Amino acid sequence: MHPFLSLPRISKRAWKVWHRNLVVFLRTWKVNFFPPLVEAFLYLFAIGMGIGTYVKDIGGIPYINFIAPAILAIAVMNSAFFECTYGSYVRMYYQKSFDAMIATPLSIEDVIAGELLWGATRSVIYVIIMLPVLAAFGVISFPASLLVIPLAFLGGLMFAGIAMCFTAITPSIDTLNYPSFLLITPMMLFSGTFFPLTLLPVLFQDIALAVLPLTHLVAVMRMLTLPAISGLLILHVIWITLVTAIFCIISINLMRKRLII
Amino acid sequence: MSKHWLTGGARIQTIIEAQDLKKTFGEIRAVDGISFAVKKGEVFGFLGPNGAGKTSTMKIIACVSPRTSGKIQVLGMDPDCSPAEIKMRIGVVPQETNLDPDFTCYGNLFTYSRYFDIPPDAAQQKANELLEFVQLQEKKDVTVEKLSGGMKRRLILARALINNPDLLILDEPTIGLDPQARILIWERLKLLQAKGNTIVLTTHYLDEAARLCDRLVIMDNGKILVTGSPADLVKQYVGNEIVEVEKTDEVISCLVANNIPYEIIGDSVQIATESSREVIRILFDHCSPHKVLTRPATLEDVFLKLTGRKLRE
Ligand SMILES: Nc1ncnc2c1ncn2[C@@H]1O[C@H](COP(=O)(O)OP(=O)(O)OP(=O)(O)O)[C@@H](O)[C@H]1O
Ligand SMILES: [Mg+2]
Repeated sequence: MHPFLSLPRISKRAWKVWHRNLVVFLRTWKVNFFPPLVEAFLYLFAIGMGIGTYVKDIGGIPYINFIAPAILAIAVMNSAFFECTYGSYVRMYYQKSFDAMIATPLSIEDVIAGELLWGATRSVIYVIIMLPVLAAFGVISFPASLLVIPLAFLGGLMFAGIAMCFTAITPSIDTLNYPSFLLITPMMLFSGTFFPLTLLPVLFQDIALAVLPLTHLVAVMRMLTLPAISGLLILHVIWITLVTAIFCIISINLMRKRLII
Repeated sequence: MSKHWLTGGARIQTIIEAQDLKKTFGEIRAVDGISFAVKKGEVFGFLGPNGAGKTSTMKIIACVSPRTSGKIQVLGMDPDCSPAEIKMRIGVVPQETNLDPDFTCYGNLFTYSRYFDIPPDAAQQKANELLEFVQLQEKKDVTVEKLSGGMKRRLILARALINNPDLLILDEPTIGLDPQARILIWERLKLLQAKGNTIVLTTHYLDEAARLCDRLVIMDNGKILVTGSPADLVKQYVGNEIVEVEKTDEVISCLVANNIPYEIIGDSVQIATESSREVIRILFDHCSPHKVLTRPATLEDVFLKLTGRKLRE
């Protein structure tokens, strides 16, 4: 098997790295809790009510209800992705935090695993803050929508893994802009978020389903918030789980290669 | 397993033992086949010019950088096989300061304690003790960005002690410290040694090495040139005393005529000798010197003699 796919040895000490990040996050909680709230309102007003005035419904679903799960999925993607690109890069390169940590019983595998878990946790926190806003607007249904919380962790871990691969190979913090513009922005628009995938040419639909992770996350989110659960849910979750496992493993191995010299 | 042998009835334990240790970075041979042994309770120094391979060696001992080849045992264990077990029992001051800027002084120590599984109560007490130990208790709640360079260095030493390590690895611990702070650190290190700690350190301050180290090695180009106690090295490689004379053509030709080996350093001529009286007598009798000065030979003379005077790039 390729060395980048070999299973890294991670100990439960990874949670100590997670804990360190949580402590720092909670210390500035006022600053950190604001963006998700604002973001939820902005999307709902600008797109939901703005565009929603013209697009009344999509396949019988009110437009604002159609985009509500997309707002959540995008939040999951952005919080984990930016945490594990810019956030992790700053801690690795500028703060030398990883160097300091691997001089303790923590291994580099523990450190990166802790960062990934933290990235996923950021997604969960973001979603938990957004849910009451969406609920107040009456655009998601309960109790099925509560399942969005564990899903945010899984989806967050997937984007954390993808992000960490970029962080492991980026020559500088500036080059991290490329994945944000070339991957994250298009994904935000073309993953069945603000309009259904079926509006795209068939070839693009297939491509979106094959390579755009957000497509699957949005699909599951939508099944849960409408709710409109079908057997396809299992397939989407399996896809997400596999991709999560692969990218998390590769990212840890790439980071080891970068940092242990 | 660590090796033991008998010396004067006492059991001496080897804390670090390295044989033919090598570390390469591509073409660069940073550590090029070194062997050394550090005994329990000793302060062991690594000296050498920039790029000699000191930090590379420290990183191998500290289990943060794997060796390319050779053997090494730290606390009786192999860094390749049991890094977590070794790291649990060592304290490291890295050359490059890497305190956590997201925390205060106290926060740095407390956060670090968690990585060693130290329970919060014990950690709190230890952190306070250590802040006092390095005289930073007034800066307890200050974020590390607001510390001066020397204060950061002291905090890093405190951090390295959080887990009561058996072995301390200090890579230029006193770099950038003022004389008072250096003396404080020396005193602290002596205290730690008295408590049975083993200390491995690198430094560019040769007076510091002479004062602190029981034994030391001088490295250059990844190789160990000499090993020994500071006093023995001075005696063996330089002699007792140095006579310095102002450089004139007359003095030089006179020294050559009298078969006295000398070295030219800047505008002075240095003569290493066992007996300065003899040399001074010859100088005044035959060479009509301008200024003459006698001083004891130091580790610096050994260092410069062995590693040359050229600046390393
Ligand atoms: N990560 C690295 N990649 C490539 N070369 C390296 C790396 N680290 C060290 N080297 C090289 O290895 C050699 C030894 O470096 P090292 O840092 O061990 O020296 P040192 O004795 O600690 O020097 P100084 O006194 O300047 O700290 C140098 O030639 C250096 O350029
Ligand atoms: Mg160095």
